[in-house]
Amino acid sequence: MTAKTVYLEVRPYTRGWLALAAALGAVLAAALAAVWYMEHQGHWVTGMTNQVVWGMPHVFAVFLIVAASGALNIASMGSVFGREAYQPLARMSGLVAMALLAGGLMVLVLDLGRPDRLIVAMTHFNLKSIFTWNVVLYSGFFAVVAAYLWTMMDWRLKRFYKPAALAAFLWRLVLTTGTGCIFGFLVAREAYGAAVMAPLFIAMSFAFGLAAFILVLLYAAKTTRRPLDEALLGRMVRLLGLFVAANLYFVALHHLTQLYFAGRGGVEAFILAGGTIHTLLFWGVQVGLGGVLPLVMAFGGCRHSVRKRATMASLLVVLGGMAQVYVLIIGGQAWPLDLFPGMEVSSSFADGRIHAYTPTLPEVVLGLGGMAVAGLIILVGISALRLLPAEIRDSTPNR
Amino acid sequence: MTALSRRQVVLASGAVLITGPALARSPGAPASPANRWGLLIDTRKCAADCTVCVSACKAEMGLSGHDRPLTDAQYIRKIEVRDPVGGKLHSLPVMCQHCAKPPCVDVCPTGASMKRADGIVLVDRHICIGCRYCMMACPYKARSFAHEEQTGQQPHLPRGKGTVESCTLCVHRVDEGRLPACVEACAAKAKGAMLFGDLNDPASEIARRVASEATTRIRADLGLDPGVRYQGI
Repeated sequence: MTAKTVYLEVRPYTRGWLALAAALGAVLAAALAAVWYMEHQGHWVTGMTNQVVWGMPHVFAVFLIVAASGALNIASMGSVFGREAYQPLARMSGLVAMALLAGGLMVLVLDLGRPDRLIVAMTHFNLKSIFTWNVVLYSGFFAVVAAYLWTMMDWRLKRFYKPAALAAFLWRLVLTTGTGCIFGFLVAREAYGAAVMAPLFIAMSFAFGLAAFILVLLYAAKTTRRPLDEALLGRMVRLLGLFVAANLYFVALHHLTQLYFAGRGGVEAFILAGGTIHTLLFWGVQVGLGGVLPLVMAFGGCRHSVRKRATMASLLVVLGGMAQVYVLIIGGQAWPLDLFPGMEVSSSFADGRIHAYTPTLPEVVLGLGGMAVAGLIILVGISALRLLPAEIRDSTPNR
Repeated sequence: MTALSRRQVVLASGAVLITGPALARSPGAPASPANRWGLLIDTRKCAADCTVCVSACKAEMGLSGHDRPLTDAQYIRKIEVRDPVGGKLHSLPVMCQHCAKPPCVDVCPTGASMKRADGIVLVDRHICIGCRYCMMACPYKARSFAHEEQTGQQPHLPRGKGTVESCTLCVHRVDEGRLPACVEACAAKAKGAMLFGDLNDPASEIARRVASEATTRIRADLGLDPGVRYQGI
């Protein structure tokens, strides 16, 4: 038997609500100021160069976009895979997914050399480009998830609920495949250029998205004083552990494949044992803090309360995820293109040497702005619509 | 301006006579797929300390730069290649390779990266949004991003902050029936290591040499069919 879930808007304009909105707004304002500075001066004031062409904004953007599709998983677990326990959280799941995507896209667009030409990107399509497909997939994601949310909230559309759920699930799989293929389809970048990038990105999205969702949920429940069922939280932490394990599996597969190809030995030695920031981030933050430790927390060996475990594991997965995307994007570009395999090269254009990248404050602030936008959308969303359950608990208490 | 020796003038005029491209394209006429413009670079004639082609490119394209090597544009650069076994050195210019199957064109979301019918790969800076995906995709590191305001621009090459740019094979010259600036300068001031012409025209010098002599392409294994070929490496 399924207990009926009551959804209630969050009361806006309270002191806490206003403080949070002001804080997020301040971060967003700082991000816009950073954009104005970077666009006015040109990208030379950032850490990005002709060698490392994608920097911190892309790390934030890719993390948020990947997490967005993963945040929808809680809804999919309930409606596509029949795990009714998750169904009360489906609305929040849809909202968080759209909010994270909006934040990620904002960062991506505002880092373009010509963000004023966004309309060009929306009107000129090169259908052979995976970037173009991603423009379509990202835009479509909003529409599909919005429709899915509508079917959840309007009983007259109940018959479209399952098809919408399935469409949203499939859409998000294709979307993350597309994001992974941005890197997978590069012929000459030795750190990528493999089909495994697509499933790797899907596994990353599962983990990052669920971690972000758990953090939002914990914060929302705490600040609105809504009860949060520990059994449900425990389920989510175990699910997070599963996703973290899947991510680690694909990371291992990717690097083992690379190591097996003699020509890719150089880039692997650089990332895995080069002794640079990338090596530290890979082993220390991505694998250690963001992989192994959350696994331990999810599947035992930690005696803390489930709420504490959920918070810590999710924070670590987000931290590890940022490190993972950093190593992927920046580390992958730091390794030089090999124009003459087997030869030693040098030039005035930095050929043949490891490229340095130092993130600048404006880049980081722009990235944080994306997170702030996601936060603002969630805040406004749960205040305007009935998305957050009055009591966050398993809808199948008799099980 | 550098004074030319009599030997250099004779060499240059000979090179122009031999390697001058086909007739100029009449205004308004589209580029023809019957042509495949390309370069043949003999690295045996390319001295390590010679950067004549690079200087000519900078002057022709108005690449004044800001003395910031990591962000200033370079359409053509000299690469020193050393064989770790034995230490044999080669020095050669590398620019956009004008691939028949250019990855930069494939990945460009708006179609700003494009290939003309005659094989010249260009960036339409009116619709480039500055996403830099083409720079991620190019195996030759041939593209630069305009990281800041540009001064000293040439009328034939307007440059815009926030867009991507690269070697155009001096398309403005080619359309007038002239040689690319690097080729002309190499012939006039160096040893004439660069040969420009129509790879599709069996009667052209470049096509005849490609047909009869050993030539290589950088990263030929990628299957991109570059229009720039090399000898001596």
